[in-house]
Amino acid sequence: MGGLRLKKFRIQLMIKVQEIKKSFLVSLWFMFLTFPIMVIRVNSIEKVVEWRWKNMLIVGIGSFLLSFVWRYMLKKKEAGEKRAETGESGKTFLIQRILEERRFYIPLVTGLTIIAVAFPFTFSMYQTSIMTTALMYIVLGLGLNIVVGLAGLLDLGYVAFYAVGAYSYALLNYHFGLGFWSVLPIGAVLGFIFGVLLGFPVLRLRGDYLAIVTLGFGEIIRLVLENWNEFSFGPSGIANIDRPGFFGIQFSLQAASIYLYFLMIGLVIFTIIVVNRLQNSRIGRAWIALREDETACQAMGIDKTKTKLRAFALGATWAGMVGVIFAAKTTFINPASFTFLESAMILSIVVLGGMGSILGVIIGALILILLPEYLRAFSDYRMLIFGAIMVIMMVFRPQGIIANIRRTYKFDE
Amino acid sequence: MPTYAALINLMNRIMNTILEVKNLSMNFGGLRALNHLDLNVVEGEIAAVIGPNGAGKTTFFNCITGIYNPTGGEILISPPGKKCKKINGLKPNLITKKGMARTFQNIRLFSNMTVLENVMIGRHCRTSSGIVSAILRRKSTIKEEKDVVDFSYNILKKTGISHFVNEFAKNLPYGAQRRLEIARAMATEPFLLLLDEPAAGMNPQETRELDELITRIRDEDNISILMIEHDMKLVMSLSDRIFVMDYGRKIAQGTPSDIINNPVVIKAYLGEDIDA
Repeated sequence: MGGLRLKKFRIQLMIKVQEIKKSFLVSLWFMFLTFPIMVIRVNSIEKVVEWRWKNMLIVGIGSFLLSFVWRYMLKKKEAGEKRAETGESGKTFLIQRILEERRFYIPLVTGLTIIAVAFPFTFSMYQTSIMTTALMYIVLGLGLNIVVGLAGLLDLGYVAFYAVGAYSYALLNYHFGLGFWSVLPIGAVLGFIFGVLLGFPVLRLRGDYLAIVTLGFGEIIRLVLENWNEFSFGPSGIANIDRPGFFGIQFSLQAASIYLYFLMIGLVIFTIIVVNRLQNSRIGRAWIALREDETACQAMGIDKTKTKLRAFALGATWAGMVGVIFAAKTTFINPASFTFLESAMILSIVVLGGMGSILGVIIGALILILLPEYLRAFSDYRMLIFGAIMVIMMVFRPQGIIANIRRTYKFDE
Repeated sequence: MPTYAALINLMNRIMNTILEVKNLSMNFGGLRALNHLDLNVVEGEIAAVIGPNGAGKTTFFNCITGIYNPTGGEILISPPGKKCKKINGLKPNLITKKGMARTFQNIRLFSNMTVLENVMIGRHCRTSSGIVSAILRRKSTIKEEKDVVDFSYNILKKTGISHFVNEFAKNLPYGAQRRLEIARAMATEPFLLLLDEPAAGMNPQETRELDELITRIRDEDNISILMIEHDMKLVMSLSDRIFVMDYGRKIAQGTPSDIINNPVVIKAYLGEDIDA
């Protein structure tokens, strides 16, 4: 037995040595690549070439350590996957484990409520405004989650419905003086109608083709808004949109931002309830079946057309509503707010958070919207860090922060 | 004097034909996958379609379940107690709703849904609650949901996979996945179950259990069965009637004992005798 253990130890040691060798090669390669920019500097004032060998050392050690950690993490991940395949219950994420415990429910909810209520009164207006934006993206993410996460229809033009909502409020307010509360349902309905309009031509498509068509649709809406001056005032946009009032009372700027914050909190809660009820309903299951296997789904008696249209229309409804709120929040809109980047951002929220998972989308939205704001201290490196986090997340946790958990049923025999 | 064909027609009417395929043809461009195929299934029987690879068996299934729209011929169904209807060109979901459910040769489960949910999907076409009632959680919706869960769980018990109830479909062993496909199809309450190679990839023990299961489905649930199968032992022991296909045509039909001695069938499977 002793011999066997020794042999095992030896193999492990050999693997380690191999890893070190590989990392060493990586660091050599990096040192070579960065040599011209990191080491050589021509001082044009004194007309000498400076050799900064210290930088090379830093690059070498840095890349060596990073590559080693990267390899170690990948190994760990692969081991985890193997364990999951053999049926052993793999480790779940900490948050997921906490959520499964019923006894944490009440303290968690009360804690969140206190934080949510106290937030606008303890932090500055700027912070409240950022948080309101994050809340808007939560709702947008949850809306897109219906289309992408549940029904599996890759929609790259989601921002179009957002624009429809925003412009419906801006234009109705400008021309007819309609208030926020009367336009909110109109925006939702218009979103719904446009969702159906987009839904019809793409019913036969799936996967990549669907993505391209929706991408085109998003661009069409934006370009129409940009070029149809008589209708949408073109690139100069629409200004002086009314902030939401409360039975005719108009608020000061400060009060209005707090009011909007609570309005968004309300909408987020409403959306969570709706999506949660839907995903474990007859319709929700049909969406997931459609995502999993279209042919089998149809063969099991599900009307593919209706199911797809429902997903598109419902997702668009939420985008329409948030669009109205967006117009009311910024009081100025122009087509530049509705570029493809916006769609990509919302999609990233869904993918990063975890497709089909409500909590995942919420966390994803908070991270993706708040992180760039709070990373402002790092100024130039802000987007670099942001990008790096995205890459690392997708390599090590492709299923998103919180993987979707299906409901379990208990039967007593 | 009645002709032979008329006699068969008369017998069919007495014996309650539930599926009748007349002159069915399916062309893919220049390729004729099905060539004037005639076939019928009688209420309460287990019928099998056999034939060499590429004979057009699965194409035939795809035609009668609406995945393909046949280029010629007629498909008629007459569910027990209902009128005879032509179902050519109907969408697959409507055909399932009319009472013909199928399984797939290469398992097509909803892998990221639980076993119970897979079966619950089968109930979709027999239930009706929509988006609004799901959001409002109406009383009728809650009741319907409970009925769906109970019904589905019962089917799982019947098919012997109820211990996997909350497991993801993708984590099931192979044999259980095949059973789940059958369970899912049964949840649509069909009068005719179409099984596409249910025993493919199973070991002898699993095949024996499948034999039992299929017989039980026919006897206890009164579901007629039409299956494609390559396992001759299973086919011979289970089926009341066998249809043999080759190159898109039906080359023989009859009871297992008829088929086993039929020279045309032997030729299709083993090739022409060189000496002859």
